[in-house]
Amino acid sequence: MLERLGLMPTQASTVSGDVDALYLSLVGLSLVFSLGIAAALAYFAIAYRRRSEAHEAEQIHGSLALELVWSIIPFTIAMGIFIWGASLFVTLKRPPDNALEIFAVGKQWMWKLQHLEGRREINALHIPVGRPVKVTLTSEDVIHSFFVPAFRVKQDAVPGRYSTVWFEATKTGSFHLFCAEYCGTEHSGMIGTVTVMEPDDYQDWLSAEMAGGMAGTAQGDDPLSVAAAGGELFRGLGCHTCHRQTAGALGPSLTELFGSQVSLRGGRTVLADEAYLRESIVDPRAKLVDGYQPVMPTFQGQVSEEGLMQLVAYIKSLAAEQDS
Amino acid sequence: MDTQVTNEHDRQEHYLNVDYGIRSWLLTRDHKRIALLYLGSITFMFFLGGIFALVIRLELLTPAGDIVGADTYNKLFTMHGVIMIFFFLIPSIPAVLGNFLVPLMIGARDLAFPRINLASWYIYSLGALFGLWAVFTGGVDTGWTFYAPYSTTASYTKVVPTIVGAFLVGFSSIFTGLNFIVTIHRMRAPGLTWFRLPLFIWAHYATSVIIILGTPVIAITLGLVAVERVFRIGIFDPALGGDPILFQHLFWFYSHPAVYIMILPSMGIISEVITCFSRKRIFGYSFIAVSSLAIALLGFLVWGHHMFVSGQSVYAALIFSVLSFAVAIPSAVKVFNWTATLYKGSISFEAPMVYALGFIGLFTIGGLTGLFLAALGLDVHVHDTYFVVAHFHYIMVGGAIMGYLAGIHFWWPKITGRLYPETLARIAALIVFLGFNLTFFPQFVLGYLGMPRRYYVYPPEFQVLNVMSTAGATILGVGYLLPMLYLTWSLRWGARAGANPWRATGLEWQTPSPPPTYNFATTPLVTEEPYAYPLREAREY
Ligand code: HEC
Ligand SMILES: [Cu+2]
Ligand SMILES: [Cu+2]
Repeated sequence: MLERLGLMPTQASTVSGDVDALYLSLVGLSLVFSLGIAAALAYFAIAYRRRSEAHEAEQIHGSLALELVWSIIPFTIAMGIFIWGASLFVTLKRPPDNALEIFAVGKQWMWKLQHLEGRREINALHIPVGRPVKVTLTSEDVIHSFFVPAFRVKQDAVPGRYSTVWFEATKTGSFHLFCAEYCGTEHSGMIGTVTVMEPDDYQDWLSAEMAGGMAGTAQGDDPLSVAAAGGELFRGLGCHTCHRQTAGALGPSLTELFGSQVSLRGGRTVLADEAYLRESIVDPRAKLVDGYQPVMPTFQGQVSEEGLMQLVAYIKSLAAEQDS
Repeated sequence: MDTQVTNEHDRQEHYLNVDYGIRSWLLTRDHKRIALLYLGSITFMFFLGGIFALVIRLELLTPAGDIVGADTYNKLFTMHGVIMIFFFLIPSIPAVLGNFLVPLMIGARDLAFPRINLASWYIYSLGALFGLWAVFTGGVDTGWTFYAPYSTTASYTKVVPTIVGAFLVGFSSIFTGLNFIVTIHRMRAPGLTWFRLPLFIWAHYATSVIIILGTPVIAITLGLVAVERVFRIGIFDPALGGDPILFQHLFWFYSHPAVYIMILPSMGIISEVITCFSRKRIFGYSFIAVSSLAIALLGFLVWGHHMFVSGQSVYAALIFSVLSFAVAIPSAVKVFNWTATLYKGSISFEAPMVYALGFIGLFTIGGLTGLFLAALGLDVHVHDTYFVVAHFHYIMVGGAIMGYLAGIHFWWPKITGRLYPETLARIAALIVFLGFNLTFFPQFVLGYLGMPRRYYVYPPEFQVLNVMSTAGATILGVGYLLPMLYLTWSLRWGARAGANPWRATGLEWQTPSPPPTYNFATTPLVTEEPYAYPLREAREY
């Protein structure tokens, strides 16, 4: 009903109902409190209006009991809302393991997205309904923010960092994709459409060639998967010359790296996640692997953010191959 | 000011007529005159910021870009924010009403450091000149938040002059804050113990603490932005080896407490006005007083609630969220105590009271919607949308400016010796209240629907609510223009005010209106608590 009246956005993801429930409860709570205050003010204003100059107020200093009541009750309610909001947040922050992976790079002023299988899009995202989707975000220049109101999710895309956002669409259709962090001239033009499709249609779409019907949304003609493209880059940039399986190689082997604990020079250990891989490529000296010389050159500025995401995906795929 | 020496009233010497001429103003050390210098400066800035707001609202009347270009629009909202926050709201109540009233309310002859007080106005003016220079030589487009790396690397506008301006006005606030703290500690009239201080003084004390602790951080942060921008030294831009999230931490470490710099003084005014017009002692004096300090301290621990979707860790987010809920409690306590103060009062509805009641309503809505933003899972959706825009305007315009207007009307007779036209003022207060709600309430809905803030063009489905908002803004504009006109009018034609036209307690009312240069003929002796209504005898001076 509220949606039809134009007071609430469409619910199109598994969490949107939960977010709305919290929202509506807070709206209710706010109504109770603000109408309560308003009613008290109105009643006092009328009942105790000054009828004549002789009308004197009855002097009351306060009441400890009341102070306690109106501190403790709001505090308890506030803590309740905190817990509710926090548990929802934790859900929003934990992508399910089986999520479909998408890579997104924000840049002034467009969203560049790439599917794991290799298909690329600009300012458009096609996803299947009923399947969790995890988007890894970064930015090539300033901060942007990935915002899909119908899914009730938002995450900043920060240059030099990876962040993730996940959602599972529950409805097919087209929804707004906004940039929510101010990023300059065309900030309000940095918008796109999320198209939610039936899984079969999505598969068709993924494998569709650069044929007429799709020309508007699909970009580039790179048929390689993201990891494969990363493999090409890995060889093209000469990474393989140092990172070899053979003994005496200058750099450590990367085959089992992703997800493992790396011992660093100085005794610390660090989890090799996406952010670590990215950092190792653009700023190799930030964390030196124990037992190796700091000879790796920085690739900062030589590889685009999309290229970096492909390299990361490639290194991840090596570990996945080892597992299976 | 009224410089006509026409009748017997003006023969009495007061701070306005002791001396004439531009020099006597520009070199004055009288806190009351300095307050008026500030009043002139910030009113000008408010006017400018208000014009920007109106152009913004006109632009948003339709979904397309019509009256200005995208870059101009971005500059308009940036300069609206920068001017309203740094050059108007932060100095507004402390530098004008605080400056005028702190010595009067505590029975002192002036502030502790009159020269520093004058210096603060000059520094403010210099900062304002930098700000105006930036505005009139091309403007600045980073948003008032100056987020890096946009501000340090991507923006081609006048970022550095704006930063220098904000940096300088920061120092003027520090001077004012220092002056208040020392004055309140050292110069209280005999018998005026801490718990006999008016709540206006408590509020200014807490505000000064925040100013002194917080302002250096924003000054350094903005300085670092300038350094990175000019010398390309990597601090915030990852391309240079910096960290953009660090900027946000530093920026909000000040800018969240800055909200309390703007709202606490306003709360102080509300306590004075509510008691006066209900002729009643304040309910829960010590709870209101201490809640100001609690807000000042807790307010420093919640800055991360501006960064829930920036990529900070989940644990940090949880802590900032729970503390943000906690800081809401002292504010709620104040609202309850003000409401309870009316109970069994003898209430009349002069304009300051109308504003004060409006304040309570709007501040309550602003505070409650703050809970929506503190709730993590919900903030993810509403962060950086119009919901946030609506929320902080309820606090800063509905709260701080309503309080400021309540205070200006309340002490206008004291400041000028003249009464303002009462009926007109009440009508203006109602217009402000209605215009405000029509402007900003629709923005809550817009935000929940998903309209991001700082959008120059927007999808057509958001238009109806934007039209409502623009309509409200024009009404609000009229509401603000009216006091500017009739208050100016009253300087010459307003009825003479006696020393205590409202029959209020408080030392400032026990000296003539306008007060003499050194405030009191003899230092008053304080023997009772504040707000000792009913006023036993209406003394005339
Ligand atoms: C000149 C030889 C050299 C080249 C070329 C080189 N690296 Fe390295 N790399 C190293 C060395 C040595 C280390 C270990 C020391 C350190 O941490 O910097 C390393 C570390 C790494 C690590 C961290 C490994 C771990 O076990 O934690 C990653 C990831 C990595 N390199 C990726 C790459 C990629 C991708 C490229 C190509 C774009 C590349 N490297 C090119 C020498 C090289
Ligand atoms: Cu943007
Ligand atoms: Cu804040």
